[in-house]
Amino acid sequence: MIRLEAVSLRYGAGRAAQAEVLHDLSFHVPEGGFRWLTGPSGAGKTSLMRMIYLAVRPSRGRMIIQGKDIGRAERRQLPRLRRRIGVVFQDFRLLPHLTAFDNVALPLRIAGRPEGQIRADVMEMLRWVGLAAKIDSHPYELSGGEQQRVAIARAVINRPAMLLADEPTGNLDDAQAERLMQLFQELNRLGTTAIVATHNQSLMARYPARTLSLDSGHLVQDE
Amino acid sequence: MSGPRAPTSPPPVAPRNPPPSRRRGKAAGRLRPVGFDDLGLKRALSDRLLPFLVAAMAFLAALALAGALATAMLAQHWQQGAEAELTIQVPTPDDPAASGHGARLAAVMAILRAEPGVLAAKPMSSDDLAKLLKPWLGDAGTTLALPLPAVIAVTLTPGSVLPDDLSAKLAAAAPDTATESADVWAARLSALARSLQACAAVMLLLVVGVAIAVVTVATRAGLSARRDAIEIVHGLGATDAYIAGRFARRAMRLAAAGGVGGALAALPVLLWLAYLAAPFAQGNAAVTDQTPLIALPLPLWIALPALPLAAAAIGYVTAEGTVRRWLRRLP
Ligand SMILES: Nc1ncnc2c1ncn2[C@@H]1O[C@H](COP(=O)(O)OP(=O)(O)OP(=O)(O)O)[C@@H](O)[C@H]1O
Ligand SMILES: [Mg+2]
Repeated sequence: MIRLEAVSLRYGAGRAAQAEVLHDLSFHVPEGGFRWLTGPSGAGKTSLMRMIYLAVRPSRGRMIIQGKDIGRAERRQLPRLRRRIGVVFQDFRLLPHLTAFDNVALPLRIAGRPEGQIRADVMEMLRWVGLAAKIDSHPYELSGGEQQRVAIARAVINRPAMLLADEPTGNLDDAQAERLMQLFQELNRLGTTAIVATHNQSLMARYPARTLSLDSGHLVQDE
Repeated sequence: MSGPRAPTSPPPVAPRNPPPSRRRGKAAGRLRPVGFDDLGLKRALSDRLLPFLVAAMAFLAALALAGALATAMLAQHWQQGAEAELTIQVPTPDDPAASGHGARLAAVMAILRAEPGVLAAKPMSSDDLAKLLKPWLGDAGTTLALPLPAVIAVTLTPGSVLPDDLSAKLAAAAPDTATESADVWAARLSALARSLQACAAVMLLLVVGVAIAVVTVATRAGLSARRDAIEIVHGLGATDAYIAGRFARRAMRLAAAGGVGGALAALPVLLWLAYLAAPFAQGNAAVTDQTPLIALPLPLWIALPALPLAAAAIGYVTAEGTVRRWLRRLP
């Protein structure tokens, strides 16, 4: 569940504060909802995502994530919340010194899952994204699309309550993009709230859903 | 996703993952594989520099400890010796005493024997005295019949002190009697020992301070080298305790290794020093005695293994604190 009320974001704080990149955003995504997020490059899609997955705090306004008012939450309450949010980063953000297996297993290990329960889950997920043969490869040994699939596997391995995907199909071919959308739909059907940022108009046409549009940091569409 | 499965196969997202158990200690399996290095600290906090710097600190700490200990022991030894002995010279011992009864030596002996703190008072025989003086006077001491003073060696009961007016009393009985107490020397020695120990303590403090600084700098370097990884792990919901614990455990291991190295390097040096110091500590034992080489005092045998432990503790606590402070910049 995501609710924003007149939220603005400005990078930097105090003297280092920069110009606002998001202005007065208000919208609501209910539990289990799905939203496309579009807008021209530089509109603020990634910034909005970063705010929602708690990498930056809003500078103004009220943001409620999974029922928690982030403006009032204490810092030490956030890790638990972050573990319930799966993120596919625009730039993947895989750990370069870990294998594909260890990258995908990372959220489970951070959550304190015993090793005995991890292997089967990670193997199944990697097999499903078509990387069963690459479990021991490091990110630099993988193609862009393969890295993206590892990032996707890492985002959903813990079956998150919220899924935020930033251009998740940027490096995928049409068949892979199609399979990815099936995965997202399946998660969504099981109750995961999802926001997917994309420039891919044909994908949006094939999977019509409510769309948030940003332009220069303003919300120009929510329908 | 061009996996081996047909595109129609359902994604593996059936609701099967239980929420992470809070009672995970009882659950099957351990946490994380052995040596799992998600933050890449094996390279970011490398085993090159830190252990060597910590080893140098541990080595210096060992020397400081040994110095403090040796000073304390020697001072105690000397002081005991000094406190327990007293020499009294009676010039012209055979002259009549001031009171008119008997010889001066006998009068002095009588006063000393009456003193409760005196365990034994023994006039040196003129043979002993001659022997003592022989290196300076040759046989003249006996043959020339020089007027030798009588020398009385007084041994005190341990822990007892003589009254301040004793030398006055003795001088009254036998004029010009000189009481030579080692008290002054004992006081000087213990002042010296205390100063040396203070120096050792300052050195220990400095060593600890430098060790903390070394670990802090190494940890900071590791933090900036692994900033991306830390941000990713933080974003995946790792707590400050998780991340700081990673650094702390790594720093602890490196510091402990350095501590072991430093203590081992110090061991032969300390044994050599102990060997050199043994004759002093044992009083009159000659340097040529084959002192066993393992003759380190017991406190040092305890302090040496404590060095790696102390280094490990400094490494752990310092890295933990440094990382936690650094992490506050993340939301
Ligand atoms: N860390 C940052 N510090 C300062 N300014 C930033 C930062 N990240 C983004 N910006 C600014 O915020 C604005 C929005 O950037 P953002 O990355 O959110 O756009 P976007 O919609 O995701 O673009 P794209 O489609 O190219 O990914 C840009 O003007 C950018 O310069
Ligand atoms: Mg972006």
